[in-house]
Amino acid sequence: MRLKAQMATPDQAGSLVAGARGPRERSAWRMRLTKLDTKLSPYAYVSPFFLLFIAFGLFPLAYTAWVSLHSVSLQNVDEMTWVGLDNYSRLIHDDAFWNALLNTLTIGLISTVPQLMMALGLAHLLHYKLRGSTFFRVSMLMPYATSVAAATIVFAMLFGRDFGLINWFLGVFGVENIDWESGRWSSQIAISVIVTWRWTGYNALIYLAAMQAIPKDLYEAAEVDGASRWQQLRHVTIPGIKPTIVFTVIISTIGATQLFGEPLLFGGAGGYRGGADHQYQTLGLLLYEQGWFNFQLGRAAATAWTMFLIIMVAVAVNAFLAARGRSAFTIGRRRRHA
Amino acid sequence: MPIPRRTLRLSLLAVAAALALMVAGCGGDGDDEESGGATGAAESEEEITLTVGLFGTFGFEEAGLYDEYERLHPNITIEETSIEFEQDYYQALQTHLAGGAGLSDIQGIEVARIAEVTQTQPDKWVDLNEFGAEELADNFFPWKWEAGRTADGATIGLGTDTGPQAICYRTDLFQQAGLPTDRDELSALWEDWDDFIESGKQYMANAPKGSAFIDSASGLYNAIIGQSETQYYDEEGNPIYDTNPVVKDAWDIAVEAIQAGLTAKLEQFDQAWNQAFANGAFATISCPAWMIGYIKGQAGDAGAGKWDVASIPGDGGNWGGSYLSIPAASEHKEEAYALIEWLTAPEQQITMWTDAQHFPSSSIAAADGAVAAATDEYFSNAPIGEIFKESADDLPIATLGPKDGVVKDTISNGLNRVDQQGADPDEAWEQTLEEIASAIE
Repeated sequence: MRLKAQMATPDQAGSLVAGARGPRERSAWRMRLTKLDTKLSPYAYVSPFFLLFIAFGLFPLAYTAWVSLHSVSLQNVDEMTWVGLDNYSRLIHDDAFWNALLNTLTIGLISTVPQLMMALGLAHLLHYKLRGSTFFRVSMLMPYATSVAAATIVFAMLFGRDFGLINWFLGVFGVENIDWESGRWSSQIAISVIVTWRWTGYNALIYLAAMQAIPKDLYEAAEVDGASRWQQLRHVTIPGIKPTIVFTVIISTIGATQLFGEPLLFGGAGGYRGGADHQYQTLGLLLYEQGWFNFQLGRAAATAWTMFLIIMVAVAVNAFLAARGRSAFTIGRRRRHA
Repeated sequence: MPIPRRTLRLSLLAVAAALALMVAGCGGDGDDEESGGATGAAESEEEITLTVGLFGTFGFEEAGLYDEYERLHPNITIEETSIEFEQDYYQALQTHLAGGAGLSDIQGIEVARIAEVTQTQPDKWVDLNEFGAEELADNFFPWKWEAGRTADGATIGLGTDTGPQAICYRTDLFQQAGLPTDRDELSALWEDWDDFIESGKQYMANAPKGSAFIDSASGLYNAIIGQSETQYYDEEGNPIYDTNPVVKDAWDIAVEAIQAGLTAKLEQFDQAWNQAFANGAFATISCPAWMIGYIKGQAGDAGAGKWDVASIPGDGGNWGGSYLSIPAASEHKEEAYALIEWLTAPEQQITMWTDAQHFPSSSIAAADGAVAAATDEYFSNAPIGEIFKESADDLPIATLGPKDGVVKDTISNGLNRVDQQGADPDEAWEQTLEEIASAIE
């Protein structure tokens, strides 16, 4: 009540003052100002975000596109020579690009698929009533809270050829020392282990949060129908958290496409080229090598933009598949009925 | 479909932010020519902190030179930061130069990069002649001095050390393998690289378990190429890495060593390589003078007395060595110049050799009796002065080119491919040439 009264005062006061002072235009002017205020101020309130977005999002995006049409050296960034789409056509004819694209794809698959499946399983287990559930939940988030650099360096030591713990352990069973870093598959698996280790718990917690939003009666009904826990997972939980799964798949796809820190640090001295044979050079590392070791900024920018387009396509495909798949799920129908 | 669209926008943002980070380094252009310099003329007692950005182990700090300079100039404080791996260092330096920020008052530049700096970006560095560097010319070996200058005579860098070469070896491992351990005997044994490979085969026949003859194929390659006057560029500045027979010959010798199983399959300056010094994973290593200090650092006290130094097969050669330069963005150019002039002066270069094993680039220092007389306790009292001076005396004056560093790194990597991954040498060579062509244009 008091609030209302206060809010009314300025207007009244305004018209009173205007009335006392003279012509009616004055109050019309006020009205227009107020109208303008209600119309414009929301934009003013959100503008900081968009100004920052323009400065740190849109501008770099556009500038990178501009740079990608030039030949520029990091040594002299002011001297740009127009080359049109040359950088792009060279990229497409460059074996290094296709190699990096394939590596990005395979590492992405090896790291994302098992990761999300494990996360789902873990979340399902944590969804039951457990003693010390907070402890388990917090400890699952610990790897995510670890810095990439620290985790990767420790893993690189674990995967060391001569003195690594993993080779020592395998040696107990008579397995010869594996040179993890120099094999194509072994290095990609090792990197995927780091990624999986860091992100599984994070995704599990997201799934867990989504699971807790599923109505209990669905489970009870399933139980009455005689569904086992596995069947409950398949027919109640997974359809119920489908939108969340789509979300994590998209985020993981983006993350996998941009994979950079793990392979860089895993490789040690030659990490930027992704091993002696570029066996685990991702697109991110290729860009880094072009721009910051060969100093060809134009080509690096073209790679960056190509990566951007690849992500856009991947996300669009994801979204398309998700939209097509949705109507087929029972939970959707049930919600519509309710 | 509300969720996909939102994530789409989210992902757009994420990508944009990532790109923002990538390009952020290339924004401005550090142009503060007028700041600094002028005020320093008063030689005031203003407290000044000079920052020095280096790579690997330059050894100034270890030799006590910073302390001494601070004692002589109480108002100066020196802060050194060092990045272990030169490739990482140089790319960070170039990023800082492009962004005009994050630069130290003094920056080290490796000899394989100096031509690139003098040829492509002289305006980003102080012409040291402004402070009278011209008159220091006679202090240095002429080739060292000239390489630090631009075509129109500006002096960009003052030389610190050079890298005359030798072979460092483990006497204990040699003994176990039944090879001679006396340095003179060994020097006579490996007249050329074929002899060296032959010794390696003998070593491997009775090698202690888990040890190889040499650390890496790339180390061997770089030692061999360092003995040649022509390397990757000709006098006119055209790249000849693909046609110069010296390059391919050096590659072939390294490949021969790999195929004979002499290498420990390590990558130089990698973590595993560092660890291997202490673990006795290899018995010899190509040893430019600066490697002496590196070995001590990595092998530690436990390695004392186990190492020795013999002459390098073939003629003398140079691998590495550096310059000190001042970025144009430095705010204390005059003070920075005073420091690098002092650090690279003959007296200090002698100290650097006797105390930190960096061989002088100053001809006056190199001729000093103290340099030739130096011995090293850690290396079984080897007469390192004599050995390295001999190598320095018949040093070839190499023609440098702007992309020497990239070419060298790419060839080293190609050899690692053969060494560590068992790649076919001919295919690895072809692939290396393609990679270089793509990287240097």
